[in-house]
Amino acid sequence: MLEFVKQPWHWSIAGLFIGLTVPVLLIIGNKNFGISSSLRHLCAACIPANIPLFKYNWKNEMWNLFFVVGVFLGGFMGTFWLGNDADIQIVQSTIDDLRVLGVSDFSSLMPVDIFSFENLFTLKGLFFFVIGGFLVGFGTRYAGGCTSGHSIMGLASLQWPSLVATIFFMLGGFAMTHFGLPLIFNLINK
Amino acid sequence: MIEDKNPVCDAPNESKQKESFFADTKYLVVGALFGIVFVKAEIISWFRIQEMFRMQSFHMYGVIGTAVVVGMISLLIIKKFNIKTLNGEEIVIAKKPFSKGVIYGGFMFGLGWAITGACPGPLFAQIGSGYLVVIITFLSAMAGTWTYGLLQKKLPH
Repeated sequence: MLEFVKQPWHWSIAGLFIGLTVPVLLIIGNKNFGISSSLRHLCAACIPANIPLFKYNWKNEMWNLFFVVGVFLGGFMGTFWLGNDADIQIVQSTIDDLRVLGVSDFSSLMPVDIFSFENLFTLKGLFFFVIGGFLVGFGTRYAGGCTSGHSIMGLASLQWPSLVATIFFMLGGFAMTHFGLPLIFNLINK
Repeated sequence: MIEDKNPVCDAPNESKQKESFFADTKYLVVGALFGIVFVKAEIISWFRIQEMFRMQSFHMYGVIGTAVVVGMISLLIIKKFNIKTLNGEEIVIAKKPFSKGVIYGGFMFGLGWAITGACPGPLFAQIGSGYLVVIITFLSAMAGTWTYGLLQKKLPH
């Protein structure tokens, strides 16, 4: 059984579990699924600075912070208790495209030639950690949700603004992948 | 099932009854299962996100598509059979309001998603998986959310 769980899971299994999070959260406590809210609650709790967006009773939304601490712990358990040593299987055409850009390590979930501390104070770090993270935090709040809140909860409850959001998430991703990343890699490989 | 037309945030707590700190740990358990799925299906992988945006693999489309369909069917069942929460409350779905922010903000998030290989959920799971440098990405995401709060009134909506 454990050996079975340790293999990489099929997309349909993952989709099933993620989809079931929607009714599970509703039934166990009337909670609407969404993760980017946690960033807002953390701002409200730590640095509200009298900004209207952060003036609300964040303590009533505490469940969301418990949830993301759970996601963090799940990340740990999935990797260190239920992991396997096999390399991640990436489609060859993606590997070829990324090699052209200058990515050379395909052994783990993240390209370690980018996502490591030694790049922190370099151009790589500036783009991949600082600017990338900033866009995620700013964009999700401006859009009123992320992949979980809009693309899963919003689409599942048939709300058209979430469809618009999802379309623009994808357009942004396509634009960055096909136009932005080549420029960024060009800069950092110089 | 009823709709909350003016939710306090995009993933609100709609429970009327207050929950204790101890009761909140059940969300930690659900979150942990969710995080395990994220790792085991490699959804937190920067490479999987690249496969998706290069349209070279069906994996992420399969994950998100299945999740939406399962969520949709679940909500239909809740509505049809008038299923209540465990403590007997009517289930409340928060309305997603539309503004131009959905377009501009959505596009900006998409740009960030393709750089970091993570939406907010996977950020937490990546850190848990031992990619500790993602703590910087996470802090930067918090700074982004805070900056949005600061500029909210000046941005087109």
